[in-house]
Amino acid sequence: MKEVVRVAGGQGFWGDSLDAPRQQAEGGQIDYLMLDYLAEVTMSILQKQKERDPKMGYARDFIGAIESVLPAIVDRGVRVIANAGGVNPPACAEAIRKLAESKGVGDRIRIAVVTGDDLLGRIDELLDSGHALANMETGAPLSTIREHVLSANAYIGSTPIVEGLARGANIVITGRSTDTALTMAPFRHEFGWSATDWNHLAAGIVAGHIIECGAQCSGGNCLYDWRSIPDLANVGYPIAEARADGTFVITKHEGTGGRVSVASVTEQLVYEMGDPHEYITPDVVADFTTIQLEQDGENRVRIHGIQGRPATDKLKVSIAYRAGFKAVGTLVYSWPDALDKAKLADTILRGRLERLGLHFDQILTEFVGASATHGTLATRDSGEIDYPEVQLRFGVRGPDRAAVERFTREIAPLVLNGPPSVTGFAGGRPKVEEIVAYWPALVDKSVVKTNVEIL
Amino acid sequence: MNVQLLDIAHARSGDKGDTANVGLIALKPEWYSIIHEYVTQDAVAQHFKEVIDGPVDRFELPNLKALNFLLHGALDGGGTLSLKTDAQGKVFSTALLRMHIDVPDEIARNAGIPEKRSGR
Repeated sequence: MKEVVRVAGGQGFWGDSLDAPRQQAEGGQIDYLMLDYLAEVTMSILQKQKERDPKMGYARDFIGAIESVLPAIVDRGVRVIANAGGVNPPACAEAIRKLAESKGVGDRIRIAVVTGDDLLGRIDELLDSGHALANMETGAPLSTIREHVLSANAYIGSTPIVEGLARGANIVITGRSTDTALTMAPFRHEFGWSATDWNHLAAGIVAGHIIECGAQCSGGNCLYDWRSIPDLANVGYPIAEARADGTFVITKHEGTGGRVSVASVTEQLVYEMGDPHEYITPDVVADFTTIQLEQDGENRVRIHGIQGRPATDKLKVSIAYRAGFKAVGTLVYSWPDALDKAKLADTILRGRLERLGLHFDQILTEFVGASATHGTLATRDSGEIDYPEVQLRFGVRGPDRAAVERFTREIAPLVLNGPPSVTGFAGGRPKVEEIVAYWPALVDKSVVKTNVEIL
Repeated sequence: MNVQLLDIAHARSGDKGDTANVGLIALKPEWYSIIHEYVTQDAVAQHFKEVIDGPVDRFELPNLKALNFLLHGALDGGGTLSLKTDAQGKVFSTALLRMHIDVPDEIARNAGIPEKRSGR
């Protein structure tokens, strides 16, 4: 058994730094490269792509990422675990297989494909057999939006990934695995942690939570002493170095920028946190109030003491559905009286939409530069300021595409027929976007059967 | 002593649906007892009352010298439904740091909180 197993985080979402996977694979010694591509809404985007082309529906960035780390995989035995499969893990695996063959290393690549999370084709069967798939936030039953559903995937845990590794895969591709399972699975595999070894599983999950957002734990987006964080241009992505006893160190490669400190790791630990006593995953319920952190040398934070409890008998399901249309338009007003001019433009615009008989579920006006992010908390603190400039940001949302489209034609005219000192309209008409909304639900674990195929 | 949270804590925020979470972390371990005592659920609800539609929950993480606040109804529907610039609640962190608390002078001095800091 290895004494220390190093899992490197090389991607925090689909759209993260393209060069990070290669930097992680080449910048120093690692055992596993973990790439997280899936955010809540990503699955629905991928589903739309798959509808247009049945060979698509996975995170295409992953192909380039694998190409950039092929030498590490083939020559140095680095193994890759990624949820890049999206709604089509087999097609993703097929693309990787083709890439490997075109590079002449087809015989050196063994791919494990995890499926079974996709419930889209089973929704009616589930509803008919009494699974309401009610919205976890509102309690509404899925039947209220059934015909608008685009994708439905259960968040699955580490077990099928561990199986893929045990069967010798050097690339494991999943669909909607939890972000944290991607990191925990290799520790489970290497150290032989059982599926009921709650404290160790919880430790692996916490390690996963820390590195799943890439550099957000190693100096990126870090508020603590932010001016002093060195060389973010060359920021090092995080590495979790774990031991069989469930303790681990978060660090980054030598010679990279950023900073791994108790402060940077703590900020990431509280990111998107709910009740810290129960961080629920398919594998284990981790208790974040048991986490102990200490600085263990420069850019090294040691983490220990983590406790977990048995997993629940449910899985969370990520359902995406079509929820109407939206558009956001902006204009910039200059000093003097920039805020007053922007406010008048807002009033005029609302009047014109009313005269046109356009109705929306929602209209939101923000004044960027004055109050867009902190609302009245900001204006209360800043008092009467004659701002150098204020951006009017005006958004509408509704079920009728034509109405939203018509709204987008009402921004530009304000430049000539509204309040003065206005500019910033170089980008053309606002774009109408179809809204794909997120519907979180629960389903009994027993109805989801995962499958691992070696390719 | 009137203390702005910016001077004794740092923070990070994120989203879960229409709820924003703000993790508030004491800048020095010895200041955790100050935020624990004075940054109450009610005080935070009061601070955000014009900006969010729902209630506030508070959780304690003494091990991280941190408090976690859930601000319900903060994101105008949340996720892709929201029209807000900050649809994912990324800067509710600094919105909380605007908050002021009243700390008895002796307690503030004993904890080593400097008299006048950012002045914001």
